[in-house]
Amino acid sequence: MTAPLQFRDVTLGYDRHPAVHHLSGEVAPGALIAVVGPNGAGKSTLFRGLVGILKPLSGVIERGDLDIRDIAYLPQTADIDRSFPISVFDFVGTGLWRSTGFLGGIGKSAQDKIARALASVGLNGFENRNIGTLSGGQMQRMLFARVLLQDARMIVLDEPFNAIDTKTSADLLALVRRWHSEKRTVLAALHDMDLVRANFPETLLLARGKVAWGATPEVLTAENLLEARRMCEAFDDSAAPCVADNMPSRAA
Amino acid sequence: MLLYDALIAPFTEFEFMRRALAAVIALALGGAPIGVFLMLRRMSLVGDAMAHAILPGAAIGFLISGLSLFAMTFGGLIAGFTVAILAGVIARTTELKEDASLATFYLVSLALGVTIVSIKGTNIDLLHVLFGNILAMDDQTLLVIAFNTTVTLLVLAVIYRPLVVECVDPVFLRTVSRAGAPAHLAFLALVVVNLVNGFHALGTLLAVGLMILPAGIARFWSRDITGMICIAVASAVVSGYLGLVLSFQTRVPSGPAVILVAAALYVASVLFGSVSGLVRQMFPAPHLEA
Repeated sequence: MTAPLQFRDVTLGYDRHPAVHHLSGEVAPGALIAVVGPNGAGKSTLFRGLVGILKPLSGVIERGDLDIRDIAYLPQTADIDRSFPISVFDFVGTGLWRSTGFLGGIGKSAQDKIARALASVGLNGFENRNIGTLSGGQMQRMLFARVLLQDARMIVLDEPFNAIDTKTSADLLALVRRWHSEKRTVLAALHDMDLVRANFPETLLLARGKVAWGATPEVLTAENLLEARRMCEAFDDSAAPCVADNMPSRAA
Repeated sequence: MLLYDALIAPFTEFEFMRRALAAVIALALGGAPIGVFLMLRRMSLVGDAMAHAILPGAAIGFLISGLSLFAMTFGGLIAGFTVAILAGVIARTTELKEDASLATFYLVSLALGVTIVSIKGTNIDLLHVLFGNILAMDDQTLLVIAFNTTVTLLVLAVIYRPLVVECVDPVFLRTVSRAGAPAHLAFLALVVVNLVNGFHALGTLLAVGLMILPAGIARFWSRDITGMICIAVASAVVSGYLGLVLSFQTRVPSGPAVILVAAALYVASVLFGSVSGLVRQMFPAPHLEA
């Protein structure tokens, strides 16, 4: 990724109701950005837009030379059917999709890669386990292993440390730092402000609209956090069409 | 000798029994893996609904050219695809869910199909359409079934990976490939092709039986999708073979006999299956240390 990724007046939402409202900003190549905000602030929606599975209601997400398939996305675990009969090894192996495609075999070198990825997240010995038998923390480790294999230039993590113990969080955070040192761009939706302050140089504070975006110490001020908390979660069924959409200066 | 007479002699002595056996083996090879995916995608009843949907197409084929293999196959394929696509379109453009629109379509299709057959045919024709006639396989029908099975296995091999990934983590598939929707459509097409296959042998009402019952059986014996597919195919072949023997020895109609044997295997699996079988749950092995 050489050109920055740009949000140009992006509104994302469902059924005409905005969940992210008129967001503009830039993600520099190699940046390590925390996306924080209360529940319903639009963090997951922003990521769904970013990875191309939700079309903006208005505005443009300009990915530059970055293809959608250059982005590894770790959604919240709830999206995964854990009752499906698939082993940890096979599940993690899907991270090699870019090189294997539909029909490519998983040869010796691919098997070694999968084994190394599992070892990196501390899941040696879990290869043949069904994914349904994993604990929450093990599941998250497995998903990180798949992201490792995707070898993507941009990594998007949706609440990766939710309901995870301190040891697992620390291990996975070490992987995030490793990706950053490898000059990959990382965005992570997070709730733990101490963790953000300690590890993420840049932060986007989101509350449907952008409250602040920049260096973490300047963004996570008491004032900004209070403003984000004032955000109202409810949809307004009788809301009028957004006038800002019609303003020429806002047009993408 | 008694066993030979009961289990082998019908096939060595009668050509129609050998043809029937070849047909059920081909049906099992194509239909059982499709059934496993229907089950894992929670679409078992969708398969059943689609089976009814092919009836009016086959019936129109029958109306035009009698019990002609190609007319009925072609009509069935067209009707199956039409209903699958219409149900999908209505589900995506309105509030109605896919299963509800399929239920509507299949009821209408069944009514329409029976009406069309009744206009021209006799009750015997209607029975043929509803329950098939696996003991009357001619060369052409066998070839069509074998061809459809071959196509099924080839296409399934191509779409296998996206199909699995779409089941387990659809969001991931959407971020790495655009293959999800085409793979789903190809899979629906395979469902229709195999239903038309089953239709010739078992009739519209039981066509889905050799797809869904073996898949249910397999779920009780394996935790792994490859294992499930192998067990489903094996149990479909066994059901077909024993069903034919049962039908030959007892004069039970062959289609229902095949399905009844599969049902017996299913009940045995529910009771004694190594994965969550009832007896296994009542007498669990001691738990491990770690």
